[in-house]
Amino acid sequence: MTTLLTRGTVVIDKEACKGCDLCIDACPPQVLVMTTHELNDRGYRYPQLLPGCTGCKACSQICPDFVFQVYRYETPIEIEVADEGGA
Amino acid sequence: MTDRLLPILPTDAPPTEPARLVDDFTPALIDVGAHNLCPGCGEPIAMRSVMEVIAEQDLMRQAVAVFGIGCYTAFSNNLDCEVLQALHGRAPSLATGVKRAMPDTVVVTIQGDGDMVNEGLQEVVHAAARGENITCVLLNNGVFGETGGHMTATTTLGQRTKNSLEGRNAADHGYPIQMAALLAGLEGSAYVARGAVNTAGNVSRTKRMIEKAVDVQRRGLGFSFVEILTMCPTGWFVETEEAPAYLDGTIAAVHAGGVLKDVTST
Amino acid sequence: MVAQLMEGSEAIAAAMTAAGCRFFSGYPMTPFTEVLEHMAKKLPPVGGVCMNAESELEAVGMAWGAAATGTRSATGSTGQGLSLMQESITELSLARLPVVVLNMARSQAEYWQATRGGGHGDWRRIVLAPMDVGEATELVQLAFHLADRWRNPVIVYGDYYIAHTYQSVDVQPIDFGPLPENEWALTGATGGSGRARLVSPLGDTKQRDDVGYDLADYYRRVHAHQVAMIEGTEALVETGHLDDAEVVVVAFGTPGKFVRFVVEELRAEGVPVGYVRPITLFPFPSTVVQAAAQRARVVGVYENSNGQLVDDVRLAVLGAAPVEFIGGLSLDGSAFGIGPEITVPEIRARVLRLCESAGCVPEGVAR
Repeated sequence: MTTLLTRGTVVIDKEACKGCDLCIDACPPQVLVMTTHELNDRGYRYPQLLPGCTGCKACSQICPDFVFQVYRYETPIEIEVADEGGA
Repeated sequence: MTDRLLPILPTDAPPTEPARLVDDFTPALIDVGAHNLCPGCGEPIAMRSVMEVIAEQDLMRQAVAVFGIGCYTAFSNNLDCEVLQALHGRAPSLATGVKRAMPDTVVVTIQGDGDMVNEGLQEVVHAAARGENITCVLLNNGVFGETGGHMTATTTLGQRTKNSLEGRNAADHGYPIQMAALLAGLEGSAYVARGAVNTAGNVSRTKRMIEKAVDVQRRGLGFSFVEILTMCPTGWFVETEEAPAYLDGTIAAVHAGGVLKDVTST
Repeated sequence: MVAQLMEGSEAIAAAMTAAGCRFFSGYPMTPFTEVLEHMAKKLPPVGGVCMNAESELEAVGMAWGAAATGTRSATGSTGQGLSLMQESITELSLARLPVVVLNMARSQAEYWQATRGGGHGDWRRIVLAPMDVGEATELVQLAFHLADRWRNPVIVYGDYYIAHTYQSVDVQPIDFGPLPENEWALTGATGGSGRARLVSPLGDTKQRDDVGYDLADYYRRVHAHQVAMIEGTEALVETGHLDDAEVVVVAFGTPGKFVRFVVEELRAEGVPVGYVRPITLFPFPSTVVQAAAQRARVVGVYENSNGQLVDDVRLAVLGAAPVEFIGGLSLDGSAFGIGPEITVPEIRARVLRLCESAGCVPEGVAR
């Protein structure tokens, strides 16, 4: 089982999001992905978090709608990720 | 990373593992985060930086923000910072009145390019020439956003706007005014810088410029100015995710970033 | 309490300073320029600020900013300069800020500008019209009081004569009574409290109070304040010999003083003439003019313009008597100052012609 070292995490206020996608490109480890089919109440796609966040707060700084709350773990955690072809 | 099936992590509540909050949803002095500005607009990003500087330097009980008229005016009634609303272009004279009557306040104007460089050009030039100890912040997106995306005095050549759909051309529309350069040439200016909010790195750099400008004001060194290039995907006819690159390629190509003048750095 | 011989501009500056004005901004324009000069000398020694604004627009803007801090502030110009300031003067009413605005006028042709809410919209301001230097030093002080009382700019309508006439005055601060406590001024202090203040012509509600942006609603509320101001402000007026006046002459400002002199002179010769001198041009002393017109054969209006005050007189008289315009624009060759027609003989001749037309000039009165 592989793990990804993750130093931080975010809380995403998905209802605040207006689907602008700025956070996706702004994230240095590229751990944000927009939903493809799920929409928030306002009809926008919103970001979701993958393992590997560094808590660098690029997302919260670039977000025009204040969607993110950013945390840095006291001790980085290892998050299990599925291997290709695995369960 | 993309070869793996990465799990989507829960993000609707703070982590259970011990963790430190490093950035909150809404910055300290923005009362209500929700606004109706377009998706991908750079102005809220710039407002966040300005408010963070005021909060971090513990200046909220001394600060008065003087707003011009534009999309950003939406922030005039959702800040937990005293706000004086001016008419289009007139913020620098109001800011002068506040600062002269109450020299201990930290006075910051928030103006768009249509407001400052079109309607209010003489106001900001005179304030700078006078060495007025205020900080003027220019949110420059090269369009009159609030009224529908028309050309301003900073619109770059080739930039498509509602009334320059073929792209601004010099023969018909003349040339853009590079505001930071104009003000840097005046002796009364003590700090003149231009930043942007199209990347996280630029947001950080711009925030440092705002800190420096406020510091210059508090030290009574003269007029300070921070021009902040902001995205306007609506006015630029681009997708929100293309706006940062468009800013670099079009707006910033003319209105180049950096510190143009700093009397403290000799 | 020693009276001093002072040019009107200086007396006005002394009165403003005595009233507690601590911020003044202006741009040179004849015949306002000397007021700016004198304020530049008088304010710094008392800790005030006088700004040489680079334009009239910036002058009113600076006064706006200073007023927002709760500092007694004023600006001014002459009619043309005030034209430049009109958007701001109107929006100052919407921002509900007290600023005293001086019109050191070249004539009386800014009556409409002053009383009709010179810019866009129909927001009114109290207008005070002194007839001479002495009265100016009182009305200027009253202006600051009324501006604070109603949170609205007040216009003082002066002129070239007042600016440049030397008169012996003893300018002392006048106490007009208590004012409501200031709960709106910006000093930075309420920042971070959760209730940071907002001074704006676009509204007074904060988004946190969950009130949507409704400028129409805000305008209605400002209008209610305007109505309170109009109903709560006594229209000031000076009258003479109205009890049995068959001819009434209405005039304001410097010409008002000339008309008063002429009326006194003619009364002494047996002509049944009286006068009404509005001191507040807004609110206009309609009731007094109405009452005077009931008993009169004709109402004459003398003003140094092509006819603006005459509109309000006609509205007040409302057909009770014919209203005749006996004024006219009188300017010197430079058009800066009041011209040669404003003399006692000339005004006497016009009033007498009016009385003759009404058939009430006794035998033997010299024309």
